[in-house]
Amino acid sequence: MTQQFYVSPEQLMKDRADFARKGIARGRSVMVLSCRDGIALVAENPSPSLHKIGEIYDRIAFAAVGKYNEFESLRQAGVRYADVRGYSYDRDDVTARGLASVYAQSLGTVFTADSKPFEVELAVAEVGLRQSDDHLYRLTFDGSIADEPDFVVMGGQTEALTESLRSNWDAGHDFAGVIRAAVSSLEGSAGNAGENGSASRRLGPDQLEVAVLERDPESSRGSRRAFRRLSAAEMTEILGK
Amino acid sequence: MNLPAGGHNSIFSQISHAATSSFSEYLARSAPDMLPGARTAGMPSGMAAEAVAPHATTIVAMTYAGGVLMAGDRRATMGNMIASRHIEKVFPADMYSVLGIAGTAGIALDVTRLFQVELEHYEKIEGTLLSLEGKANRLGAMIRGNLPMALQGLAVIPLFAGFDLDRRVGRLFSYDVTGGRYEEQEHHSVGSGSVFARGALKKLWKPNLDEAQAVLVSVEALYDAADDDSATGGPDVVRQLWPVVYTVNAAGARRIPERDLAAAAEAVIASRAVAGREA
Repeated sequence: MTQQFYVSPEQLMKDRADFARKGIARGRSVMVLSCRDGIALVAENPSPSLHKIGEIYDRIAFAAVGKYNEFESLRQAGVRYADVRGYSYDRDDVTARGLASVYAQSLGTVFTADSKPFEVELAVAEVGLRQSDDHLYRLTFDGSIADEPDFVVMGGQTEALTESLRSNWDAGHDFAGVIRAAVSSLEGSAGNAGENGSASRRLGPDQLEVAVLERDPESSRGSRRAFRRLSAAEMTEILGK
Repeated sequence: MNLPAGGHNSIFSQISHAATSSFSEYLARSAPDMLPGARTAGMPSGMAAEAVAPHATTIVAMTYAGGVLMAGDRRATMGNMIASRHIEKVFPADMYSVLGIAGTAGIALDVTRLFQVELEHYEKIEGTLLSLEGKANRLGAMIRGNLPMALQGLAVIPLFAGFDLDRRVGRLFSYDVTGGRYEEQEHHSVGSGSVFARGALKKLWKPNLDEAQAVLVSVEALYDAADDDSATGGPDVVRQLWPVVYTVNAAGARRIPERDLAAAAEAVIASRAVAGREA
């Protein structure tokens, strides 16, 4: 039997946090942005089928960075949570706050109790009837939860992207405007650090995964489901390439 | 069968067992008491179920050029009494399908709600729509789950219609209480007034009706059902209540607006009044 060495709790938590942070920073960025028309979710994702953005419920969407198998299982759990809740109470009783706190609890439990923390960072977005009612929650690998105003940036070079979005983003933007702002920030971030260092690259529709939560889907599409993926054709039109 | 990752108790089989795309399967595992068929509370035998629970009645459905249409009257009965004049019995199941229900209203509404969540759940988990056949089979499984209740007199009989995105045609499916699924051609009807509605459909339905004609035919078939079946409600001009009609075509499911139905109902009533004959 091998001898167990003593590791202080501070050191243990720090090691786990460093491990998770490293995994998350390796990935490409995802942004969730509130605007006049609703909430836009923009991800740099070359795969057309392995999504980083997903629909949870009528007015709630999910975005994630990190390990695909881990956030995919969290997404499916979220869909199940929301559908069971909506089925047993009412569709209006499913809120992003409730879902975010369930995510926070599971992430927190896994971080402290499991052999390995989840290497993921999540955003849960709920579109309101007015822009002031929009909710963006950011959830990190250790179960911390934050209610963020305006926009959330996750994965990759978060700080540089947040800086550049501060100047590009505007609350009065429509979907096209806010998506252009997000894409130009992504292009400006020059991909992963050290990758030939050259500034701006171009991101086409085939490298982007974009979806929106419409503020009033009942009148625009006759549906109560606000979530809609933008097709490559729509993205080409928005980006004007 | 020997899976590469091991036998029946391997991690792989545990994971694949937990990961279901079916909402009703998930519910059966995690909260079985929430399923409509799970309430097998024994009824005193010999008690007439239809005397204690509201009963929903006639539904008609037909194909027309480019899609399918489904219509239901607005009456629910309890024995010889009218339980509701406003009940709606035709619902959109998802973007490309609708279902109508006849039988015990409470259970039927629960089955409808479960079916709607089932389809949406699959779509969200898998990122793609179920095929029309797949949807029809899921509904059959739910009706089969209700078989113990049906044998106690609380049966639910749905009618399912949708647009098949692969074949680009509208299709109709009927069911029996055991969940048996039968594809119907041209038109079909279920519920207490279905005999009369079916007779009317046989005379009124023609191939390649356009949408407006199909709406008129459905309203007239329900009118005939209401004429001879006391449990089916006719158009109510006093309260301005008209049948609920949905069409499904390549563009999706659409509810026919009240004013179109009012016009159709008034046209049927006027043509019958002008003829001045006994039915």
